[in-house]
Amino acid sequence: MKETKGLNLKLVALVVMFALVVVVAAMTRLAQQPDPVDVTAPIKVGFVFVGSIGDAGWTFAHDQGRQFLARELPGVETMFVERVPPGADFVRVVREMIQQGATVIFGTSFGYMDFMVDLAQQHPDVKFMHVSGFKVAPNMATYHGRLEDPKFLTGMLAGLMTKNNRIGYVAPHPIPLVIRGLNAFTLGARLVNPEATVQVVWTNVWFDPAKEREAALSLIDAGVDMLGHHQDSPAVQQAAQERGIYAMGMNSDTRHMAPRATLASVAWNWGPFYVDVVRSVRDGTWTNAQHMWPMPDIIDLAPFGDGLVPQTVQERVLAKRQQIIDDKYLVFSGPIKDQAGTVVIPPGVRMETADVLAMYWLVEGVIGTLPVRR
Amino acid sequence: MDSAFYIAILTAAITAGTPLLYAALGELLAERSGVLNLGVEGMMLVGAVAGFLTTVATANLWLGVASAMLAGGALAFVHAFLSITMRANQVVTGLALTIFGTGISSLIGRRLIGVPLPITFSDTPLPFLSELPIIGTVFFRHDPLVYLSYLLVPLVWVFLYWTRVGQNFVAVGEDPAAADAVGINVNLVRYIGVIIGGMLAGLAGAYLTLALAPVWLDGMTAGRGWIAIALVIFATWNPIRAMFGAYLFGGVAALGFRIQILGWPISPFYLQMMPYIFTILVLIFVTYQGRARKLGAPAALGLHYDREDR
Repeated sequence: MKETKGLNLKLVALVVMFALVVVVAAMTRLAQQPDPVDVTAPIKVGFVFVGSIGDAGWTFAHDQGRQFLARELPGVETMFVERVPPGADFVRVVREMIQQGATVIFGTSFGYMDFMVDLAQQHPDVKFMHVSGFKVAPNMATYHGRLEDPKFLTGMLAGLMTKNNRIGYVAPHPIPLVIRGLNAFTLGARLVNPEATVQVVWTNVWFDPAKEREAALSLIDAGVDMLGHHQDSPAVQQAAQERGIYAMGMNSDTRHMAPRATLASVAWNWGPFYVDVVRSVRDGTWTNAQHMWPMPDIIDLAPFGDGLVPQTVQERVLAKRQQIIDDKYLVFSGPIKDQAGTVVIPPGVRMETADVLAMYWLVEGVIGTLPVRR
Repeated sequence: MDSAFYIAILTAAITAGTPLLYAALGELLAERSGVLNLGVEGMMLVGAVAGFLTTVATANLWLGVASAMLAGGALAFVHAFLSITMRANQVVTGLALTIFGTGISSLIGRRLIGVPLPITFSDTPLPFLSELPIIGTVFFRHDPLVYLSYLLVPLVWVFLYWTRVGQNFVAVGEDPAAADAVGINVNLVRYIGVIIGGMLAGLAGAYLTLALAPVWLDGMTAGRGWIAIALVIFATWNPIRAMFGAYLFGGVAALGFRIQILGWPISPFYLQMMPYIFTILVLIFVTYQGRARKLGAPAALGLHYDREDR
């Protein structure tokens, strides 16, 4: 009983203190003339990572971006918590960050989406940035790189370099983000090689090197001579190297992890975007946009594997990269057919961003299925 | 569908099952001496990172294996000290070991991320044996650590059932008071069981980083330590059955991917559940009507022993 009383007293004291601080802050604010925007004003930014910053993949890349932000913008204080599963843990971590003064929260997992929507409603003064999702709120925006751009380019590379036209793809979870990458990869392969097919295997894990390797080997045993993947570890490329075939890397430049197999990688580069967002929060231009940054800022094609890709192939892929950057070519523009051969995007039509973000169908040329959605 | 399909699944089952087998054999020895160690996952991770670090530094795989075993054994020693000498709750210290092992391995491994391994254990087909039809491909075209596990299984079996020291192990796990009465040093036996168990868990971790997926990444055991603990129950504390169980558990993943490629309408989630469903069924079976004792569950598993308590 005594314990509870003590706690209550503390709580009351805390609330009173807090109220005082708010009042004083409000008064000083009133007393001052509105300042021009102070671009070096201290601002606390919280990052919630789903994985470990030591995963050498997705979370590692985000943490590099966080460090870039802390280096580039004066007055920015970043905090991060890694390995936060979506759910009650995520909500608790975000609330603690807000208590510590964070006014911008970045959440780097699709699974955080609905919890973030709730949190955004409860904390209207905090800006929420959710990666890869499709729900927004007045103070919650989504962000992602146009993953499809470099995925398309690695697909082209695979289509140009395959000998038997059978390409394999190791995919984690059947969610729109991953499906988008797989579809773009397939479109790229079939642009340059209409005979090419892409056999997909779902591992249902982002990260389990031994399992990723096993999925790759099962595809190689089935006869593919080229592999793409969306996993967090380079195990697929290592399996490819072991069996003497080529593969595409994911998340960062992973050539050194499998030097004889890795033709090129899709590499994240979050830093410039994080700087941009925090700057916009400071100067009041932040909006709850669905950011979808094109190449080469958030995401790009990493360098080709040393001595593996013929010059003509490199030139062809890089020419397409320039076209995409110059907005002369859009990956998801018609005509695009689905697996059944039905035209989903008519010729000349550009797919809407919202549709791209919620993509849940496979393009023609993909062999494999999606779980039925209920 | 041809025989190559089945051969490929069986071959994959053995590589995927080998880390489970090492860890399960280790846990089996510890449990046979009466000590439950839930720290397998932590010991595997510490072994994995120690093996990787040593191999990166020395370019010697066997030194890597040795240091992995040393690291796993060292962590197990902590469990032994706390649970045997200090008589702490085995479940709690075991869990603490997993948490500690996960943390320390990622701390040690921070600088190893993205570092390639200079050499790896690669497949070395055994002369003559690998030429055998089917069996040769399935069993004898693996890396040396797989062959080592083939030797270890009968070794543990002979040790437990046919040697005096092994019988002492079983006796201590069954009835420490009686074992003590005939002059067996209960604590010594348990220390040895736990530490050898930790060394094998470390070796299981090294198999992941030095052979299966030659890279260090945080938490890369991905729950295999827990599967190994389930496997010990599944195998009813018998090393031969542990071997079959490990390959069965390992084969489930390989089968799942290949079924997907064939387009069979079986959800991969059902397949992933299978090992655990089997384990629960075995658990129900062995606990029903006191069959546990007959099938090999150590009667004193998880219990402290102190002369004064008799």
